[in-house]
Amino acid sequence: MNEIVLKKMLSPEIKLYKIRSPLIAKKRKAGQFVVVRLDQKGERFPLTIADSDPREGTITLVVQEVGMTTKKMGLLKEGDVLWDVVGPLGKPTETEKFGTVVCIGGGVGNAVVYPIAKAMKAAGNRVISIIGARTKGLLILEEENRAVSDEIHVTTDDGSYGKHGFVTDELAGLLKDGLQVDLVVAIGPAIMMKAVCDLTKSHNIRTIVSLNSIMVDGTGMCGACRVEVGGKTRFACVDGPEFDGHQVDFDLLVARLRMYLPEEKRAMEAFEEEVGERLTKQAASDSSAGEDHG
Amino acid sequence: MAEKKKLSLKREPMPRQDPKLRAHNFSEVALGYSPEQAIKEAARCLTCKKPRCVPGCPVEVDIPGFIRWIQEGDFAKAVQTIKATNCLPAVCGRVCPQEDQCEKLCVLAKKGAPVAIGRLERFVADYEAQQGCCVQVPKEVPSTGKRVAVVGAGPSGLTVAGDLAKLGHSVTIFEALHEPGGVLVYGIPEFRLPKAIVQREVDFVKSLGAELKTSFVIGHLQTVDELMDGEYDAVYLGNGAGLPYFMNIPGENLNGVYSANEFLTRSNLMRAYKFPEYDTPIKVGRKVAVVGGGNVAMDSCRTALRLGSEEVLCVYRRSRVELPARQEEIENAEEEGVQFKLLNNPVRILGDDEGWVTGMECIRMELGEPDESGRRRPVPVKGSEFIMDVDQVIVAIGQGANPLVASTTPGLEINKWGYIVADSTTGATSRKGVYAGGDIVTGAATVILAMGAGRDAARAIDAYLREQKGC
Ligand SMILES: Cc1cc2nc3c(=O)[nH]c(=O)nc-3n(C[C@H](O)[C@H](O)[C@H](O)COP(=O)(O)OP(=O)(O)OC[C@H]3O[C@@H](n4cnc5c(N)ncnc54)[C@H](O)[C@@H]3O)c2cc1C
Ligand SMILES: Cc1cc2nc3c(=O)[nH]c(=O)nc-3n(C[C@H](O)[C@H](O)[C@H](O)COP(=O)(O)OP(=O)(O)OC[C@H]3O[C@@H](n4cnc5c(N)ncnc54)[C@H](O)[C@@H]3O)c2cc1C
Ligand code: SF4
Ligand code: SF4
Ligand code: FES
Repeated sequence: MNEIVLKKMLSPEIKLYKIRSPLIAKKRKAGQFVVVRLDQKGERFPLTIADSDPREGTITLVVQEVGMTTKKMGLLKEGDVLWDVVGPLGKPTETEKFGTVVCIGGGVGNAVVYPIAKAMKAAGNRVISIIGARTKGLLILEEENRAVSDEIHVTTDDGSYGKHGFVTDELAGLLKDGLQVDLVVAIGPAIMMKAVCDLTKSHNIRTIVSLNSIMVDGTGMCGACRVEVGGKTRFACVDGPEFDGHQVDFDLLVARLRMYLPEEKRAMEAFEEEVGERLTKQAASDSSAGEDHG
Repeated sequence: MAEKKKLSLKREPMPRQDPKLRAHNFSEVALGYSPEQAIKEAARCLTCKKPRCVPGCPVEVDIPGFIRWIQEGDFAKAVQTIKATNCLPAVCGRVCPQEDQCEKLCVLAKKGAPVAIGRLERFVADYEAQQGCCVQVPKEVPSTGKRVAVVGAGPSGLTVAGDLAKLGHSVTIFEALHEPGGVLVYGIPEFRLPKAIVQREVDFVKSLGAELKTSFVIGHLQTVDELMDGEYDAVYLGNGAGLPYFMNIPGENLNGVYSANEFLTRSNLMRAYKFPEYDTPIKVGRKVAVVGGGNVAMDSCRTALRLGSEEVLCVYRRSRVELPARQEEIENAEEEGVQFKLLNNPVRILGDDEGWVTGMECIRMELGEPDESGRRRPVPVKGSEFIMDVDQVIVAIGQGANPLVASTTPGLEINKWGYIVADSTTGATSRKGVYAGGDIVTGAATVILAMGAGRDAARAIDAYLREQKGC
């Protein structure tokens, strides 16, 4: 259980993993996540289940390497085993027939929005996707998202691919052209979700966001994942992770995501030192092995 | 020894780590009796014919029975005697509130000091561990062919699992976290209950034949109905009261405000006190306020000190006599340097522009008329608000029922607080074949009560399974 059966590079920062986890593969619904621990000393961290194959007994995780733990995961190889995978956690996305649903993803959010777009499509909605990235090389899952969308729009911040601009610009354009939208689902960095919500609020379009607050257990036991929605404290892991974006206090979310910055930096430095040594050693043994052959 | 002479014997004190040292390490505070000390303390027991102490113990340990073996120096027999009714003696000997249970009722309590039953229990359990297993695993019993699912590997679930396995049923324990033990691993700190001891007790339950599946959340990965429809003939719910309460005051979501559950889980389960050797970080405040006065609050205060906080304040709205924590732990905390700010109630937490805690506003309280619980009700003193200069706040005001299991089990009756309604002698719930016990039924209580409920339920489940055909 929990072994990596496939590892694929989607962009320099983002990797896709297929993990053997037959029970979760069978049970999970769009919008749910798992909490992973890489080794005995590892931290517990949440990852959305981007896809699953119940027959093959696998789930798909798409991971952006932002810090120590996600980088450590990046060093794992096919055949390696994740120490713990627990899930499926969180509430599934409400997928009924709404009409026209715009699914917006930014960065690694394209992996999180993909299963939702897929489920929305399966529920009979007209799905319009807007996916974006900083630059062409960082854009992920374009084909996957395209396959489940009636229409897809791609943006890059630097204009290297698709339209030049932000996903919000694209949404604003569509709305200006008179597109009637019943629901928006927006997933990406907090600032992006906030910008989308500001825009949809003025058009009075219901908007769902998925909050990536810091978590520990993921089952409602610790309260690390506290967010404020409609002025009330909610636990993102059990009450969410999806919430009505117009009610979310994004500033609080952003502040809370910064809680461990110094510790994350310290962990990263220690890790880089360790990995650096390992890589140097490896390089040394590789080159000596090379000499033997030469 | 003549009774009179026995009565003049002094209670043997517990050797402990020096407070100055221990306030900065996570090693166990109480060091345990030596064999000589244990024999000396055991000598005080009158081994009463009608022992008063036994009814004080929720699992009815044969107290005079095991103490007599200590008096005779046969520690192995002493452990066996305890383990006949209590499968976790090393845990109970350490964390039972003995002063309110067995020791409270000991005849010697009135004549000075009760026999130190808990310390003796701990001594023999540790002796067993040191000597290797001197309790024989019961011989393989014929399998009944019945299967029981136990939800939660806390003290209650472990007890049910152990007892049912001994009776020949096939038991699987489903635990949401990655380690078994419940509060014993995520809540109670290493310095009060070393994790190796919990592991040993878990191994014992496994050696009886119970299977353990960790990282398995019932309600998400499988529901109770799916367990009952599938492989299992009965289910025991021992999922605890793990939902942290907050005060619902302004500022409670600022950075630097923790629930005690999160603070203790990071430190204990995730070993954040060894960061960065272990990956999980924890914030170490300079001046920390812990709100609450129970065992959870004491554990939080003492953990904060050990992590390196300069000052730790225990903020409680009633007075000293009402502190719900065990007396021993209050004294330990005080010796280590925890300051008690009694008769104070937080009204809001203050923060800076970046969202970090900078202080906590409190109002002074005084005690008024007694309330329903018989304790004098704390009432705020008008105009007495003041600001406590702290940069971290840990909220330890209690836990409630996590709704996950109940909300995914149709027909399971719960009360207005979300606790599962279960028969107090059998643990039977409103659903046939589904039993429950421990904190999820009583609300946050004690290890030994959770175990007692597990023992009663195991008996009832066994009877239920045997009634069914094919057993
Ligand atoms: C419900 C949910 C689903 C998620 N799904 C995905 C996904 O599919 N793909 C993906 O790449 N990322 C996802 N994330 C974010 C991912 O969990 C974090 O990026 C990861 O934990 C960072 O760990 P790190 O040690 O590599 O980085 P760190 O150096 O620890 O942190 C970098 C930043 O990540 C955030 N972070 C740190 N620890 C956690 C934590 N325990 N939980 C959440 N965020 C944290 C903080 O903002 C921090 O500043 C999800 C988060 C949540 C809450
Ligand atoms: C910090 C602290 C200190 C304490 N100190 C003392 C003390 O000194 N003395 C004392 O007697 N008592 C003490 N207590 C109380 C005591 O620990 C509890 O009363 C006791 O642990 C309850 O046992 P339980 O088995 O009912 O539940 P728990 O110990 O809470 O165990 C429940 C288990 O079920 C698991 N679970 C929950 N939901 C699910 C699910 N859906 N699927 C699968 N598994 C699930 C949980 O992860 C947990 O492991 C303390 C409590 C705390 C928090
Ligand atoms: S289990 Fe607890 S209450 Fe019972 S005898 Fe032992 S210490 Fe006392
Ligand atoms: S512990 Fe106290 S009450 Fe119990 S048998 Fe000994 S003397 Fe009697
Ligand atoms: S992560 Fe612990 S309660 Fe949500």
